[in-house]
Amino acid sequence: MNEKPTDTLDRAQTPASREDTPIDLEAAFRDANVQEVLDKLDRELVGLKPVKARIREVAALLLVDRVRKGFDLTAGTPSLHMSFTGNPGTGKTTVAVRMAEILHRLGYVRKGHLVAVTRDDLVGQYIGHTAPKTKEVLKRAMGGVLFIDEAYYLYRAENERDYGQESIEILLQVMENQRDDLVVILAGYRDRMEKFFQSNPGMASRIAHHIDFPDYSLDELIEIGGLMLARDQYRFSPDAVAVFRDYLVRRMNLPHFANARSVRNALDRCRMRQAVRLFDGVRSNMTVKDLVTVTPADILASRVFKDGTLDMDKPPPRGA
Amino acid sequence: MKITQGTFSFLPDLTDEQIRAQIDYCLRNGWALNVEFTDDPHPRNTYWEMWGLPMFDLKDAAGVMLEVNACRKAYPNHYVKVNAYDSTKGRETVAISFIVNRPKKEPGFGLVRQEAPGRTIRYTIHSYATDKPEGDRY
Ligand SMILES: Nc1ncnc2c1ncn2[C@@H]1O[C@H](COP(=O)(O)OP(=O)(O)OP(=O)(O)O)[C@@H](O)[C@H]1O
Ligand SMILES: [Mg+2]
Repeated sequence: MNEKPTDTLDRAQTPASREDTPIDLEAAFRDANVQEVLDKLDRELVGLKPVKARIREVAALLLVDRVRKGFDLTAGTPSLHMSFTGNPGTGKTTVAVRMAEILHRLGYVRKGHLVAVTRDDLVGQYIGHTAPKTKEVLKRAMGGVLFIDEAYYLYRAENERDYGQESIEILLQVMENQRDDLVVILAGYRDRMEKFFQSNPGMASRIAHHIDFPDYSLDELIEIGGLMLARDQYRFSPDAVAVFRDYLVRRMNLPHFANARSVRNALDRCRMRQAVRLFDGVRSNMTVKDLVTVTPADILASRVFKDGTLDMDKPPPRGA
Repeated sequence: MKITQGTFSFLPDLTDEQIRAQIDYCLRNGWALNVEFTDDPHPRNTYWEMWGLPMFDLKDAAGVMLEVNACRKAYPNHYVKVNAYDSTKGRETVAISFIVNRPKKEPGFGLVRQEAPGRTIRYTIHSYATDKPEGDRY
């Protein structure tokens, strides 16, 4: 890119010679520091191959679009609103945060923050309550990404006077007219999201990118567990890995299994049990190693092993 | 007569782009913003009407511009200003306040003389616009 497209010399060029201008895509890629975010995504998130591939595609599209802009080859701002579908705990929120960062680095959002909301943040309780609530959220999300979790709750087919419809209409308007100001990501279960799009064609037509998050395999869940422990400066004892695997096999068959979130919760409980074990046990000749090690006993104490039920008296609606 | 009130008022009116840049500056400083409007231009009129509530936790000027434009649309011939409040010192202090909309025609002020005892003359200014009732002034 040695000539500026706007200078006189360039304008004097014939189209053919202009089209021969060499382009250093590699340099553009480097300048945007996007690789860094993609690498981080790769490092910090286990599995998710299709998701990572889709994000790469979106990044490539935006990068090329940006380089084209440098040559006055405008194609209109690409629509960037997305939908992330998948079961609970498959990493949708986490990836959305990274997406915001990528969009920011490529200059498609000005600030790069993520505002995560659900129906309750957008929809009011009485007439005249919804519009200000939705606008409030939109104002906070301007310059960044608005992440609407379980977006299908905005639409209640059984009640045509539901206030959710009002919120959807405001969202649609902003998604269309203020594409430069914010990107909207809708998230939720795949089947319910598909139904939502079917009954809201306006919304469907504004979503350019659909990314599906698959469930994790057993091996991936174990790897995620190891990664989570390592991040918190813990580790499994050598014999604990097999026990954790056993735990996961059982847990996956119980209700409210929420992929990586269930792993996170199981590990939090393991840490609790480990602490109690250290606290109640012989406190002499303890070492730092004891402080960082999760042993089979810490996992086996779970009720999942004892009587095949969840570790809570009352499981919460999502992810235990 | 162009009213000069608040920051930047001796400059030509700010363009939307300049307003956005100022708002971004406020947001970078962590200030909360709000929009106010009035049709009483007297410099001592500190009680302008609030356009909605103050805005906290915004990251980008586009959010504030949404309200600025909504207020302009509702009151195209009023004065509209943007205020920013700095709460970092433990009190809500106006850090900046500037006009972002004004009536197309500003008739200005007349000088009023009042005879007081002992040959004293008191002077005050009176805005021609306020001769008409509120809401019908511009
Ligand atoms: N591939 C992964 N590698 C490592 N950690 C992961 C991975 N996927 C998810 N996690 C972790 O699992 C937890 C749950 O992920 P997240 O909140 O992104 O899921 P979600 O799909 O948004 O779930 P929900 O639909 O319930 O909101 C987070 O702590 C996240 O860091
Ligand atoms: Mg989530």
